[in-house]
Amino acid sequence: MGKRVGMEVAIAASEAVALCNIDVAAVYPITPQSHMAEHLADIIHDGRIDAEFITVESEHSSISACAGASATGARVYTATSSQGLMYMHEILPIVSAMRLPVVMGNANRAVSGPLNIWNDHTDIMPQRDSGWICMFAENGQEVVDMTIQSFKIAEHPDVMLPIVLNIDGFQLTHMIEPLEFPTQKEVNKFLPPRKPFASLHPDNPISMGCFNTPDIYAETMKAKDTALHNSKKTIVKIWKEWGKQFGRTYKPVETYRAKGADTLILTMGSMGETASIAVDELRKKGAAVGLVRLRLWRPFPLDELRAAIKGCKTLIVMDRAISFGGAGGPVGTEIKSLLYHDKGRPRIVDFIMGLGGRDVTVNDFIAMVERAKKKKDETYEYYGVRE
Amino acid sequence: MSTVQNFEIYVPKLLDKREFFSAGHRACQGCGEVLALRLIMKALGDDVVISNATGCMEIISSAYPQTAWEVPYIHVAFENAGAVGSGVEAALKALRRKGRIADRYVKSVAIAGDGGTVDIGLQALSGAMERGHDMVFFCLDNEAYMNTGIQRSSATPFMAATTTSPAGKAIKGQRTGKKNVPEIMVAHNVPYVATACPSYPIDLVNKVKKAKEVKGPAYVHVFSMCPTGWRSASEQTIKLGRLVVETGIFPLYEVENGKYRMTMEIPKKLRPVEDYLKLQGRFRHLNADDIEKVQALVNKEWRKLMNKVACMKPW
Repeated sequence: MGKRVGMEVAIAASEAVALCNIDVAAVYPITPQSHMAEHLADIIHDGRIDAEFITVESEHSSISACAGASATGARVYTATSSQGLMYMHEILPIVSAMRLPVVMGNANRAVSGPLNIWNDHTDIMPQRDSGWICMFAENGQEVVDMTIQSFKIAEHPDVMLPIVLNIDGFQLTHMIEPLEFPTQKEVNKFLPPRKPFASLHPDNPISMGCFNTPDIYAETMKAKDTALHNSKKTIVKIWKEWGKQFGRTYKPVETYRAKGADTLILTMGSMGETASIAVDELRKKGAAVGLVRLRLWRPFPLDELRAAIKGCKTLIVMDRAISFGGAGGPVGTEIKSLLYHDKGRPRIVDFIMGLGGRDVTVNDFIAMVERAKKKKDETYEYYGVRE
Repeated sequence: MSTVQNFEIYVPKLLDKREFFSAGHRACQGCGEVLALRLIMKALGDDVVISNATGCMEIISSAYPQTAWEVPYIHVAFENAGAVGSGVEAALKALRRKGRIADRYVKSVAIAGDGGTVDIGLQALSGAMERGHDMVFFCLDNEAYMNTGIQRSSATPFMAATTTSPAGKAIKGQRTGKKNVPEIMVAHNVPYVATACPSYPIDLVNKVKKAKEVKGPAYVHVFSMCPTGWRSASEQTIKLGRLVVETGIFPLYEVENGKYRMTMEIPKKLRPVEDYLKLQGRFRHLNADDIEKVQALVNKEWRKLMNKVACMKPW
């Protein structure tokens, strides 16, 4: 393991990408991802890694160029945010259907309109059904580790799926944190060069992206769904391997003081750190409150979630997006649905909060725990929003 | 791999015997576009990777589990052939440099119809050409969205009837002239830009070979006759391709480093546009005045081109 350094997380994300010895990056700048794009350009233009940097004219073209490069056998990276991710939307399910192991960093930001450059999860949630592996990092160290892990997971012959790593915009991308980087030698050992199952080259001509008639389309969709579900096994295996080599083990569902808790807060991404402080405060006062954090969103880690919330009476879901006119936040709605048949399942309280960069403080978490106690039904509720 | 019958008699030593775009595809009878594609593939040879936009040529060639492509081929979406081809080119370059693929030159080639080039694909094309990728982009222009049922594009000619520019009582077909994308490509400083037509096969093949030789971006705009969309007889396909050139409606030229050059002999007097228009149902509604308007537009565009040919020096 290399030495500990202080570094902005966006910069660190690109340093981690450089350690992975990528072949092609295609990136279009957008706030708050721009430091990632700029630093990757610095690395490649300084010749620190041997890679092609495509300065595409849009995000639609960045993901399209990634598809072309990945299909040709290259290790490929892109990064985006918000409107950029929305602009990529059309191509995302094509990349996963072609089983192309593209890795993408997404600096989570609110979606227009009105325009808002600050953090929430309204950009990634509309991409939920694109067939990508979807993960959330909580802090800078996780961003570094998960970026490197992502290439290994995505390219694994049992997976061959694209991965989007969510990094909360500003709240995480622009933090300066103490970070440990593995050495190049260590990364090379963990992540050898990509060996594609098939690629575009005249030595072995293949056709990719042939269209499907009603005779076969449904089978293709089922195969993709199965592949995504099956990927969890390999994800967990590679996280364990990482733990053995680097001493930090990752799990699909992380918990903090969850043992014996009757109330659990469920978060995704960077707000878990603030929530853990709230848990400490509440525990000090004698309340049996704990924290559950989803690291993996797709494939959904249902078994791990069940184990983590066993015995708890109230599960408070923190949703940073909303399905307008629907059943609530995407995370709360999905968990309610998945646990519907579970006997003795907790009462699920779904709060929509932290939209468009609205701060969620330790006191806010404590207030939501208090509010959840009084709430009678399981309908969703906005927290901290003026009428 | 299928081969041309009686090849030795017809085209000795001019074309590759092999078919890289094989028979058995689903193109319409008399399709000029698929003829252009077949010739392009012969001229390119086998050291290529094709990025194809959604459209007629994609749909007729790649119904899973079949494929007409004998060379590596990828189709991603409608508007992004330029971007996908950019990625392919970057990957070929990087992987060759790093010793992960065979150490020989393989060309990235993007192919799109007129919609996938001049309308929805224009941004990705512009980006790919501006960034200077070592790739050729072919626009196979049949002058409307034929695959979706003959809707107008910005490549549809003045007054042509399509399903979204119908010959109505108030508005007689397409209201504007054709967008000049070859000129837009010249403005991108693309070192080789050409127009071609499969009715002039040797001219087409020569241009494809030239475009492939360029170490950098190249653009070839190929006129592609479409009996289905133009309401013309399928046996008139080759004739229409000749008439469109002889009338000056679609002149054959190339632009090498900014220097325009007509590649076919310039006739002393152009044929009247009516000779071309009257063979197609899409122009059936035109009266003598309308034909005069079309003729005036063609004359103007021809003069513009002749001025460029006469005046422009290479960069």
